[in-house]
Amino acid sequence: MAKRIEVSGLNVYYGDFKAVEDVSMTIEPRSVTAFIGPSGCGKSTYLRTLNRMHEVIPGARVEGKVLLDQQDLYATGVDPVAVRRVVGMVFQRPNPFPTMSIFDNVASGLKLNGVKDKKKLTEVVEASLKGANLWNEVKDRLDKPGAGLSGGQQQRLCIARAIAVEPEVILMDEPCSALDPISTLAIEDLIEKLKDKFTVVIVTHNMQQAARVSDQTAFFNLAATGKPGRLIEIAPTKQIFSNPSEKATEDYITGRFG
Amino acid sequence: MSSPDGTAPPDRPADPAAAGAEPRIEDLVDETSGPTPHFDALAELRAGDERPTDSTTREQTGPKLELGPVGHLGDRLFSGLARGSGGLVVAIVAFVGIFLLALAIPALADNKANFLFSRVWEPGGSDPRFGIAGLFYTTVISSIIAMIIAVPIAIGVALFVTYYAPRRIATPVAHAVDLLAAVPSIVYGLWGLLFFAPIVLPVINGLSSALGWIPLFEKPIGDNVGVIFTISVVLAIMILPVVTAISREIFAQTPVAHREGALALGSTKWEMIRMAVLPYGRSGVTSAAMLGLGRALGETVAVMIILTVPNGNDPWNPSIFSGGETFASKIANNAAEFDSPEKTGAFIAAGLVLFVVTFLVNSAARIIVARSAPGAKRPRRNRRATEGASV
Repeated sequence: MAKRIEVSGLNVYYGDFKAVEDVSMTIEPRSVTAFIGPSGCGKSTYLRTLNRMHEVIPGARVEGKVLLDQQDLYATGVDPVAVRRVVGMVFQRPNPFPTMSIFDNVASGLKLNGVKDKKKLTEVVEASLKGANLWNEVKDRLDKPGAGLSGGQQQRLCIARAIAVEPEVILMDEPCSALDPISTLAIEDLIEKLKDKFTVVIVTHNMQQAARVSDQTAFFNLAATGKPGRLIEIAPTKQIFSNPSEKATEDYITGRFG
Repeated sequence: MSSPDGTAPPDRPADPAAAGAEPRIEDLVDETSGPTPHFDALAELRAGDERPTDSTTREQTGPKLELGPVGHLGDRLFSGLARGSGGLVVAIVAFVGIFLLALAIPALADNKANFLFSRVWEPGGSDPRFGIAGLFYTTVISSIIAMIIAVPIAIGVALFVTYYAPRRIATPVAHAVDLLAAVPSIVYGLWGLLFFAPIVLPVINGLSSALGWIPLFEKPIGDNVGVIFTISVVLAIMILPVVTAISREIFAQTPVAHREGALALGSTKWEMIRMAVLPYGRSGVTSAAMLGLGRALGETVAVMIILTVPNGNDPWNPSIFSGGETFASKIANNAAEFDSPEKTGAFIAAGLVLFVVTFLVNSAARIIVARSAPGAKRPRRNRRATEGASV
């Protein structure tokens, strides 16, 4: 249930503006890859091209290839809706559907896929909430609104919602930036667990977090404001944080950036 | 304030501020750190505490500050004007209310029929008999049908404009709908009677032949087009702009986070709208519908022109394919009859009922809007839950 992502020569545009330039990388199945880099360097933009979420913004387009186990996500005839069903996403701010109960939030993706059987739904909801380390906290109030949970719980609810549809890949866009340290720890533990089943890609501003959770780290940077962001270096996390091959990476992780 | 352990150097002044000397940081550290002079961070903090005392003593040496009242003429004028306008509006409403009540109560006291449940309308003569049941029925049923027709169309247009149409189409469509609100109701009346009513006739015939066994849809003999159903459709067109505008506004405000959350799960556009947009906009659309209802209830000229008034001796017909009179059209049709206080009072009493009904509908809409407005109760609670993060 996890697939390899191979990206080659990817450019991302918003209208005429080139936001990300010439990114190529391979992301192994059942691993955690972290994207780090300064704000505006295009790492979130690039992340969103991996499930075609960037297309939500009018004028956004992509050149290059994103292969998910040899299948090009941008080939003609590929429906972005279908792509998003196999490449799930968790956002910066927890975004459970406010009018839905905890149960319905987790079941929402399954219902989109046409699952109606109540027994099957109950099973998957329980398994997903357990998978998101949330089951014990919410099992007695599954019918309560998801918006009533704490921020950290809401984020784990969103992760449960994402894994309920059993995607191949889970993308996380700064999933802990709106959370306190204890909730962050809970999410990091969860990421460690998720990688047994899924390919995980996470954008983070927190370098300690990248060092803690990821197997490989990609550093993005941009030459100047208004210039496209580029992938500077991608390597095993240990190497990036101990012996990066690029000067820019070293400057960034040691805080001498800019 | 000497050090309790006696480590302070003996040549240091007891109070640096009083002595007028600029205190060196070491002095302050020594002065306040007590038995732990080596704990630098703490010492610095305490040194920081000392500074304000020092600066206040220095400021008092300058000229006295002007802290008395500042020139208030503009403020007084403006606040007087604002208070006056506010008071004037309240006074006008109160006077209108008192005036209406004063005229209606004697007529109501003389009324020999049940005002709320009777359908007769013979306010003149020595034995006045009048009731509003028929007017109430026609008014409410025509407005409700108008709402049933207008609200789904308005939601459709609003969704089209906000989520489906490209911008260069969406803007003209939105403006066109807004323009419907600018058409005067007399024009709607003429257009409805001369052009639109004949078009509606086949629809009326179709509906009545299919559903005619229900009294509500039973068509009387003849091809009368000035019926409740026709006016309902015209009213629907008239309230479409306000319902569309509010729905559009609320749909466009659906948080990006909710929409992206749905899309990221692999929902199509319609599924995204169902999961994120409609639940968010539900209360807004409800209040929009009620504002539209309020408008439809009070519409006068178009109703007066289109709706046929049944003959006085015809039996009452509940069908929406028959004529009738609403509160507003009844009063407008009979304005020439306001010759005696008894008659006038009867019409004014009917007007009061319309006022109360419209007021209740509008207040209900207001309450719903206030509850559901972005940044009001529900979203604020959500935001707090998001930020007060704890596991």
